[in-house]
This record gives sequence, C-alpha cells and structure tokens, in this order.
Amino acid sequence: MITRRDFILNTVKGVAGLALPLTAFEILSPNKLLAAKGDSSKVRWAFLVDTFKCVGCGFCVKACKLENGVPLDANVTRTWVERYVLVKDGRVFADNPKGALNGFTTSKIDLGVGNFHDIKKEDIEKAFFVPKLCNHCENPPCVQVCPVGATYQTPDGVVLVDRTWCIGCGYCIMACPYGVRFFHPVYKVADKCTFCYHRITKGLKTACVQACPFGARMIGNIRDPNDPISKIIRTERVGVLKDEYGTRPQVYYRGITREVI
Amino acid sequence: MMYVHGEEWTIKELFVTPNEYIYWSIQIVMYPFMTGLVAGAFVLSSLYHVFGIKQLKEIARFALVFSLALLPVAMMPLQLHLQQPQRGIEVFLTPHFTSAIAAFGIVFSAYGAIVASEIWFVYRKYIVETAMALRSKPDKSSGEKIQSLLYNVLTLGSYDISENALHQDEKAVKILAGVGIPVACFLHGYAGFIFGSVKANALWMTPLMPVIFIMSAVVSGIALCMLTYIVVMEIRKILAARKKTTYGTYQSTDEIKGIEINVIKMTAKYLLFFLIFAISLELLDLIFRGYTAVKTWDILRSIIYGKDFLDIFVFQYGIGNLVPFILFLIPGLTIRRTVIGVLLVLFGVFMMRWNVVIGGQSFSLTFAGFMHYHLPIIPTNLETFKEGLMGAVMVIITPFVLFWILNKIFPVFGVEESH
Amino acid sequence: MKSHIWRPLYVVLGIVVLILVARQFLVPRSFGMHERGYMYGWYREANVEEWKKYPMSYRSEEYCKDCHNDKYTMIMQTPHAIIQCENCHGPAKEHPSDPPKLEINRTREQCLRCHFPLPYPSSGRANIRGIDPEKHNPGIECAMCHNPHKPTLEGMK
Repeated sequence: MITRRDFILNTVKGVAGLALPLTAFEILSPNKLLAAKGDSSKVRWAFLVDTFKCVGCGFCVKACKLENGVPLDANVTRTWVERYVLVKDGRVFADNPKGALNGFTTSKIDLGVGNFHDIKKEDIEKAFFVPKLCNHCENPPCVQVCPVGATYQTPDGVVLVDRTWCIGCGYCIMACPYGVRFFHPVYKVADKCTFCYHRITKGLKTACVQACPFGARMIGNIRDPNDPISKIIRTERVGVLKDEYGTRPQVYYRGITREVI
Repeated sequence: MMYVHGEEWTIKELFVTPNEYIYWSIQIVMYPFMTGLVAGAFVLSSLYHVFGIKQLKEIARFALVFSLALLPVAMMPLQLHLQQPQRGIEVFLTPHFTSAIAAFGIVFSAYGAIVASEIWFVYRKYIVETAMALRSKPDKSSGEKIQSLLYNVLTLGSYDISENALHQDEKAVKILAGVGIPVACFLHGYAGFIFGSVKANALWMTPLMPVIFIMSAVVSGIALCMLTYIVVMEIRKILAARKKTTYGTYQSTDEIKGIEINVIKMTAKYLLFFLIFAISLELLDLIFRGYTAVKTWDILRSIIYGKDFLDIFVFQYGIGNLVPFILFLIPGLTIRRTVIGVLLVLFGVFMMRWNVVIGGQSFSLTFAGFMHYHLPIIPTNLETFKEGLMGAVMVIITPFVLFWILNKIFPVFGVEESH
Repeated sequence: MKSHIWRPLYVVLGIVVLILVARQFLVPRSFGMHERGYMYGWYREANVEEWKKYPMSYRSEEYCKDCHNDKYTMIMQTPHAIIQCENCHGPAKEHPSDPPKLEINRTREQCLRCHFPLPYPSSGRANIRGIDPEKHNPGIECAMCHNPHKPTLEGMK
C-alpha cells in the first residue's frame, strides 16, 4: 500500500526526471544535425587579391581600421600587407612595418628589434606585396575551437564574433593558421576581419576594396557565375594560402608564389 | 601608446605577422601544471583504494584531500587569463563540444563530484561521530555552532555508521576511486588535446600530446604528494619531539619515521615508472619530428636546438628528469635525497609545460620569425599582474592555503577512517 | 534506493538541475544551432543583425562628387583618379553634418606611400615614379608645390 508521502515524492521525482532530459536535449537535436548537411545559401562571399597590382600603399589597412573601429595606434590589424623581396643568392626577405598601415616608404627591410636590412636594386630578383585578411574559410578551425559558441559562420560564409558572448580565452586566435585574429584592445574580446559585413549586405564594397586605388582587392559572390571574381577564380590560375591545413580558405590570390607562407 | 594584450611581454624578431603575440603566457603554463597535480594526486590515492597497496594507506588519504584542495585552484589560472572572466560560466551554459576547452565544464565538474564524494565516504564515520558529538553538546560557542551546522549538513542526513553501512562506504570508495582514474586521466588528457589538436601550431600538433600530458601529470602529482607528505611528517616529528599531541593521538618520533621511509620508497617506484614513460614519449616525439623533417622542421629545430636549448635539454630533460632519475635509482634512498629529487621532478614538469606553451609561441606562423617571452616580474598594471610572476605565485600558494582549511574539516592525520 | 550511498549522487543531480534552470535565464533566446550545423553554426542568431547594423564610415567618392564636383572632375582627368577622396580626406561619415570638416592629410608620408620608389620587378610598384625624400625638398609638404587633384606639370604651383 503506497503511502501519500511516497506517492508525492515519486511524482516529483518523475516530473523532475522528465524535465531534465528535455532541457538538455535542446542543446543537440538529431533532426537539426542531419538537416545541416545541405548548403542552400545563394550567396557565398569570397575575396580575390591580385599581387601583381598591389603596390604596398597601405590605404586599405588604414581604411579598414577607421571603418571598423580598430584604434590606429594599436599594433593589431584586421588586414595587412606583406612585402617579399627575393635576392640573387636565393634568400627571401619579408616584412610588414605596422602591418603596412603607413605603406612601405623605405627600401630597408624591417627585421624587428631595431634592425634593418637595405637591399640594392641590382640584387633583387623579384619582389612583390601580398595583402592578407581573414580567409573566411569553408572549414574554419577558429569556429571549431570556440568553447562557447561566440564565433560562428553565417549561412553566406562570413565568420563573425559575438562581442557580447566571447569570453576572451584566445583559443580561436591560436587555432587560426593565418594569424588574422587578435584581441581587440578596447572591447577585450576576439576580433578579426568581418568582410565589412555591414557594407556587403547593403550592396557596397568592403572598406579595403573601395580604398584600393589599383584594384588589387575584389570581393564578390563565388556562387554567382556572372560575378567578376567568380569568373577569375574559375578560369585563371589562382592560389590560396596554407592549403595543406584543410581549411578551404575563400581568399584567392593571383600571382602567389611558394615563398609566401 | 595603446598596448594590446600580449604586447607588453612579447618581443618580435624577423618576419612576424602583425597580430601575433604570446597570448597564452604564464597562466596557461600554470593551468596544465595545476590540473596535472590534481590528476596525479588522485591516481596516487587510487593506487591504495583500488589496488589495495597497503603501504600507501597513509599517503592515500592525504593525496585525496590534497586533490580536493588543488581542484578549485585549477580554475584560478583560467580566471586570471580570460579577457572576460565573468563570462567563464558560459562554458557550462552553451558548451561547444567541438572545442576541447568546452570539455572543461563536464570533466571538471565530474571529477570534482567524484573527489568530493569519495572524500565523503572516506570520512563519513568521522563526520557522523563529530556531528553527533557536537549536536549533543549543551553549551556551544559560536564557533562550535558553525562547526555543528557544518558537520550536520555534511552528513547529508544519514547518521548510520553500522558495520553494514561502513562496508557499503568501503565499496563505494573502491568504485569511485576506480572510476576516478580514467576521469583524472581525461582531466589531463583533454588539456593535452587542447594543444595537440591545434593544427595551426607546428610544435603542438601531435597525437602524442594528450598522453605526454597525462604521464607527466601523474609524475608531478606523485612528486607533490611525496613532498607535502614529507613536510607534514617533519612537522609532526617536531611536535612529537616536544611531546605535543597532534589531533588527539600521540605517536613517538620513531613510529613516525618508520612509517615514512617505507611509504616514500614504495611511492618512489611508481614515480620512476611514470617518469620513464613520460620521457620516452617526449623523446619519441622529438625523434619522429627530426626524422620526418616536414616543412616546419627548420624553424622548430632552431627553436628546440637553438633558442630553447637551455630550457629543454638542460632544465627540463637534464635537471628535471635525468638528475632525479639517478637520485631515485641509487640504492639506500633517504628522505633528504627524496626531497631534492621530488623538487627537481616538479621543476622538470613545470619546464615541460613552459616549453610546450611558450615554446609553441616562440616562432611565427610565417616560419621565418621569432617571438621572445619576457615574464612580467614587477606588475605595472592589472594585466602584468594577472599574467605575470605575481599571478603565478598566487596560484602556487592557494592550494596550500586551501589544504590547511580542508584539513580542519577533514583531518588527514590521526583519524580512523571508515576502513 | 534506501541506502545512504546514493546521497552524493542526489547532490550532484541537484547541481545539474540548477545549471539547467540557470540556462533558461542566462542564455539569450536566439542562441542555438543554425544553418551551418553544430560545428560552425552554434551561436546567438541576433548577433548577425547587430553586425549588419554596424555604422558605416566610408561613403566612397560617389558621395563626394555632387557637392565637390569641381575637385572631382579635376582629379578624374589625372592619374590620381584611381585614388578615393577619403584616402586623403578621411572617412566622410555623415559629413557635412558630422563631421562638418574633414581633415586633409598633407604629410609627406601620405604621398610617399606610392611615391617612394621601390624598383620591384613583377610588382605594379615599379611603375610608379617617385622621389628620394631625403634629397627632394626635405621637410616641406608635397602639396606646397604639387596639386594632388592635378599632379601634372600644369598643376604645379
């Protein structure tokens, strides 16, 4: 004969026991997991960099900082330009003074810790500039390692950071093979290039694309066969950075060489 | 001049990309070091509870309580490191399990639950007896009132200390200790996974990382327990020499000494075993890297054999592994030699963490540049305090403070436990 | 289940329940798994709109050309046509209401970005004429003699 006390206790236990798994399963729904396989978005943002056209003026770096609120005097940047100089004896010199915020206004290579190395014109075999920015990879390792879901990828391929949710652990920064992430000095959360999401979703160009006088940077929809960058990527010889990591980066480069890491 | 996080203690050399700094600094070295001590202490305790190695009984109880004292301290380096520490709880609210760090929430809590429960079962008889004694006492001081409340709450409502109940406690401890070993391994294995799975970092990326971390964690845990055990025993000897009683029982100096050296010799054997395992794995990793010589080997070689040669081969392998190895192998082990050996082992394990965390950030993603780490000694602002020597010292001291507090609730010595 | 040995488990379950209850209050509504799946799509969806609403600073020369038509047509007939107005004048934002006046960058460093000669074969930089800043009128603003909107010989002051 069940007592009243036992009955009440068992009911409470039963209800609590049922409520628990239901709230827990909200985190992972098998249906949603299966449905996520297909990619239905009509837009997939991609970027094209032409290293033949880039002259290292650095207007893009400054425009990005001013457009996106990264302080000019802070030594971090969402995009930067690297200079590569290959000399006759096979050595490669490379630098990026302040990320090319002020361009390249000396022939001396900045070696850090106050050292410089000047290169004479006759010793140069080839030299070029390589702008870099977030690749908004198809398999972003930074998103994979975020412990709390503060960084993510939108359906149209842009990787963003939720400033109200980021705990500032820095794992995403360590996981990015391209070094595009950093801690924002004011907001104290992870930050990086957003493909100027607030501009491209309004039909405008990113700040860096707009600022570049030489057309070295282009942004577009790789899923649209009529998009200019779509044509170039499909028909011309373009490369990507650090392809061996399996990240499938979506910033393509014309004129990239093996010296560029 | 606006300093970004990491800029104050990083010097860049040659070709480094603009956003690269040593973001994971001393606190991220401390974190695996502390969790390693936690895991190691627990495994030591379980060697007695699960495998019944009788000589380890004394140190087992001590190791268990110390393990609990270390547990909250494992969280300290993370809180000091996070740029938004108040959001740390999000790991429990919206965990992203594709990230190794998200496992922290589950593993840490599970491990904490196991250790706390095991201590409860081990001390239950003492708790119940103390609770009943305090409850029946008529005039309690305010301190005793708090004590009475504490112990009565700790009984979790059960005052049954019959033979049958104690027998059940014993079985529960055995199960928990057994289950706890893989969880303790996981607690530190996942820390190794955090590093080993980062494909972007040429030094960290290896499947051996979780195993290396576990092995050196166990080594450090055993070493710390041996050290603290010796220290406590020395204090007890001093008190016994002055004919003072400790915790209600009196043991002569000879009795104490006798217990000590047997326990130490036994534990040292296990220490050596895990030490050999840890060294073998690390050397294996190094040999493989040199043999396969992939693209990143050039810069790694300049770090391992050049820039960090002192840190790796002299401090970690030499002073931290080889010297204590010899010290423990020489027959006729004395307490003094043990103390030196154990301190060197702890130093070696710390250097291993340092060489992995800092070493992995010593070279640029360009594979053509270096970053030099300068540990902030004198803090100039909050950041150089948290992520500097002061912050590290804070983390080191806290477990001992917590152990002192816990010892008042769960006395480690001179108490008849449930079995 | 009468045995006391289950009591610690009840404590643990109690804590788990507490966390699950706390979740209901502390986790924002739109947080969950979205289109890209659990690995890449675990986030607070409301954040996407927040990023879309981020204020713009650069307006492009299309925004400048109507009011400043004279300077615009002048520069458009020179090699400097490729340079955006805002590259030297700073972001327009809500100009003329805010800011009412834009800073003009007249420093030598601004011009040297392109006009410091770097003879790099295979780079477009090699095609830009330049000067040695230490020899060519050092210390004087370039704009003292050269008109940035008409950098040709006729435009010299």
